[in-house]
Amino acid sequence: MKLLTGNDLKTGAVTWWTGSDWSIHVEDAVDVTGQEDEIASREEAARRVNVPYAIDAELHEGSPRPAHIKDRVRALGPTVRPDLTLKPADPEIGKWVI
Amino acid sequence: MYRYDQYDQQMVDARVEEFRDQARRRLEGTLSEDQFKPLRLMNGLYLQLHAYMLRVAIPYGTLSGAQMRVLADVAEKYDRGYGHFTTRQNIQYNWIKLEDAGDILADLAKIEMHAIQTSGNCIRNISSDHFAGAAADEVVDPRPYAELLRQWSSFHPEFSYLPRKFKIAVIASEQDRAAMRLHDIGINIVRNEAGELGAAFYVGGGMGRTPMIAPCIRDFVPLDRLVTYAEACLRVYNRYGRRDNKYKARIKILVHELGAEEYTRQVEEEFQHLLDSGVEPPFAELERIRTFFADPDFETGAKEDIDRSDPDFALWVDRNTIPHKQAGYVSAVISLKPVGGIPGDATAEQMRVMADLGERYSFDELRVMHTQNVVLPHVRKADLHALWTALDEAGLGSPNLDTIEDIIACPGLDYCSLANARSIPVAQKIAQRFAETKKTATLGQLKLKISGCINACGHHHAGHIGILGVDRKGVENYQLSLGGSEAEDVSLAKITGPGFDEDGIVDAVETVTGVYEREREGEERFLDTYRRIGMGPFKEALYG
Repeated sequence: MKLLTGNDLKTGAVTWWTGSDWSIHVEDAVDVTGQEDEIASREEAARRVNVPYAIDAELHEGSPRPAHIKDRVRALGPTVRPDLTLKPADPEIGKWVI
Repeated sequence: MYRYDQYDQQMVDARVEEFRDQARRRLEGTLSEDQFKPLRLMNGLYLQLHAYMLRVAIPYGTLSGAQMRVLADVAEKYDRGYGHFTTRQNIQYNWIKLEDAGDILADLAKIEMHAIQTSGNCIRNISSDHFAGAAADEVVDPRPYAELLRQWSSFHPEFSYLPRKFKIAVIASEQDRAAMRLHDIGINIVRNEAGELGAAFYVGGGMGRTPMIAPCIRDFVPLDRLVTYAEACLRVYNRYGRRDNKYKARIKILVHELGAEEYTRQVEEEFQHLLDSGVEPPFAELERIRTFFADPDFETGAKEDIDRSDPDFALWVDRNTIPHKQAGYVSAVISLKPVGGIPGDATAEQMRVMADLGERYSFDELRVMHTQNVVLPHVRKADLHALWTALDEAGLGSPNLDTIEDIIACPGLDYCSLANARSIPVAQKIAQRFAETKKTATLGQLKLKISGCINACGHHHAGHIGILGVDRKGVENYQLSLGGSEAEDVSLAKITGPGFDEDGIVDAVETVTGVYEREREGEERFLDTYRRIGMGPFKEALYG
């Protein structure tokens, strides 16, 4: 599957295309295979996202998990600062990244 | 410390308003990202892995308590409560919002700071010896020359669109504490046999994917021709540097391809051409700048004795203080490398503690080291215990300068969009391993440097032990190299062989230090032993 990701124009936060909007949570992302260029152009023109691009992903326990470690770090936050990640209370979340 | 004059302040204030307008237009959509990107980069604003990242310039690493306090305020008000001190003596914030960037720059401008030329293909923040003005071995304080070059290079219209970024370091001692020969231009202020001061120019060094040690192209440029000679070096590069290939665009490639002799010939020709063109600022300007760097009002007859009855304090004194040119004083290094911590990170609260202590104990001066620590340059020995006590309470009292715990690590894949592998966790694991085995002390001076990609922001080429993170089919892998040095005995590290996984690299570092412990003679450092016995025994131990 392919996910569309980018950064929020105002805040720079990592965002994921949900099918109708952008979310900071990768688990909200939908497969955009075949539509990625069209959605990216439209959303960038609407200034809702900065430099969107598609990445490879796979389903993991029912949720999308980016295929490459760099995108998994983007999705979660720095592995060395669990307190700054999107799931600070989950002690096992590092395993999802690595 | 240098203080802005009206021109400096006007330039910085004008840039703030210019960028505020550019950011507004980007947010409104009248500038595309392609149009905006070079503009934000000229103001130090990157788009990194998690958010915008702002890199703030700290010229030659020198700052006041008030400036450090504002850096803390920025961390707290606009970021997530911390900042990261970098290997170019700057500070970076990792969680900046574009809509806040103008306000941040305005806050910085009020205390004579900015983010100009901390990115882009221009002359970057000029670095220097973090012990400048304090070191017992310096010929002269190098910072006035660094400041003169800062003024010359700021907004220089001819050098704002160079083939590639350009980094200059200025030192003034035989000991190189600024990795001078691993810069695009390294300048060493020297004294000739007649007692006159001049500048030795080293051009074409650098790390990155093609590490090179800069050759000396002229061993003595009179100081009233310093800027003109630098301009000649830049002009030849600007004219012939490879703009067609990003990976061959640094000046080191030009110097290498032309040969140092031919490059020098062209520089000398350009220098002669420039001599009468009025490039050089009036010498009076250098004299004016120099007054800002006069010695502080040192106490004469300050006490030399230090009460070493507290063993923890004594260890910190032995490891983290450096001889000073003034009797009764030392330079004290504040370690930003607590075992298990993130190298170079400091919380807003810690920055405020450092600001307070700099004001109280070091004539209101602090320095950022390229090794990601902070220096209080002028501390009375009599004040050391009080200083150490305050540092220790703030988690800043680690006694590990230049030990295997004092690791340089780039932000790596945890923050950087260019990185291929994480650097910080490896640094943490290595420091923890050696702290647990209590080998830090027995290993003595051992400089370990980690980069998360080939761009080498973590200076791995110059590590006694260097580690480079690479991506091997989507999995982090770490190459080990040995024998580098960024000091006056400069050398480039050599790769040992096949790489290791995250845990394997920690074991590998322990293995090579074991070889050192077995083979060392007398007081040899790791680097000395490596140079004496060569790579063979280390490879044998690593790969069998």
